[in-house]
Amino acid sequence: MDKIIEVRHLRKVFGNNEVLKDINFSVSKGEVVCIIGASGSGKSTLLRCLNLLEYPTSGEILFHGVNILEQKMSNAVYRTKLGMVFQQFNLFNNLSVLDNCMVGQIKVLKKDKESARKTAMKYLELVGMVQYINAKPDQISGGQKQRVAIARALSMEPEALLFDEPTSALDPELVGEVLKVMKDLARSGMTMLVVTHEMGFAREVANRVVFMDAGVIVEENVPEVIFNNPANERTREFLRRILDQ
Amino acid sequence: MQSKESWRGAFCSLAVVLVAWWLISWIIRLPIVPSPVDVFINIGQDFFTKMENHVLYSLGRIFGGIGLSIIIGVPLGYLMGTYERVNRLLSPLVYFTYPVPKLALLPVVMLLFGLGEASKLIMIVLIVVFQIIVSSRDAVVNIPPEIFRSLQSMGASRIQMLTEIILPATLPEVLTATRLALGTAVSILFFTETFGTEFGMGYFIMDAWLRVDYLDMYGGIVVLSLMGFLLFTLIDVAEKRLSPWR
Repeated sequence: MDKIIEVRHLRKVFGNNEVLKDINFSVSKGEVVCIIGASGSGKSTLLRCLNLLEYPTSGEILFHGVNILEQKMSNAVYRTKLGMVFQQFNLFNNLSVLDNCMVGQIKVLKKDKESARKTAMKYLELVGMVQYINAKPDQISGGQKQRVAIARALSMEPEALLFDEPTSALDPELVGEVLKVMKDLARSGMTMLVVTHEMGFAREVANRVVFMDAGVIVEENVPEVIFNNPANERTREFLRRILDQ
Repeated sequence: MQSKESWRGAFCSLAVVLVAWWLISWIIRLPIVPSPVDVFINIGQDFFTKMENHVLYSLGRIFGGIGLSIIIGVPLGYLMGTYERVNRLLSPLVYFTYPVPKLALLPVVMLLFGLGEASKLIMIVLIVVFQIIVSSRDAVVNIPPEIFRSLQSMGASRIQMLTEIILPATLPEVLTATRLALGTAVSILFFTETFGTEFGMGYFIMDAWLRVDYLDMYGGIVVLSLMGFLLFTLIDVAEKRLSPWR
């Protein structure tokens, strides 16, 4: 399979705190990989390292086999290939919904306004936000904001999407609409790496589930095995705690 | 200051001041407090013959002083707000020099830079630039870091972070700092214009005072405040134009 991202011996240290210890894993084209684990286990840091919002302390990140930490590809170009959806949406509050989805295309990809608009509209339609294109982010709900954020990431037409706990900041009744958009995306063959606490989503949509604890990947496998018959005691313990809630 | 209501508000408050002034002059009946009516008539007669030049000089100095302060202060503040290391290096310096009474430095500045325009601009910049540095730094620090992350994750360059995030996000604070600076600048201007020049509203007012020409003196003060009003309004208009989402 065509590996889009491969991580080898990745380490990240903040001060005296080793947040990621020797991480090895890969994401292939069309795969949906969910990363689960307790908070503080390093999942978000791993995601941020992947698109260099945090710079890894050591190790390799291969993008289509090229180590991007060796600067053969500029960080900016590499980042455009990976879309990122954040927990807190991080929309630009001074721009309308449509402009949020156009600004990156125009400023970074240097597309002209008309084609940027077309692309933005295509993805806003996909997430069901076309009727809100002129609204400002503070006029729409959290779930709608996150759908716009997904459309914004998609508008850059990345090769893979990274989701950093996309539903954790949402009111419970708004989680469903965002997960539905993500499921549709997964079915359309988008490559996705999702840090999440939504076990139902991971079980239903993921091709592979990665369980992280204390900066290491404890176990990774297809969801049926992880959820029904995990190999590691720590995985079992974590799932028992989270499913009890 | 664009809507009808705010103009009406401006006229009302002006009317209150004028009526109070008129009452005082009517009660005291001394030449040291002339009636506003006489003062305004005097301004009407004198403005284009006597005052115009002084007004232009003063406006030039204010624009120059504030412009220089923005050119120096905003980039410095941005640097301090963006790079922790620059901030650690410079903020003690700023905090140390900010409270120094710069007016006391006027003789030194005049010795070093002469009696001309340079020393007047330098005085304004010395006093005003700190407010601009501190406000633009804090404005940058207050931008939520996630906003940078989301643009960064789309592959934006450093320059784009500056033009797309820092500039629009800090503009309101920078304009507020400019507004505060403006008030300070006008009062420093008055002080510096009482030395070593024969042009400017400061000179005009002090000269009228020495000549015991109270009509001219009050006329100068009124024109100076009108200048301030005009400049504040300019900033308000600029803010509406430049950051319409506020």
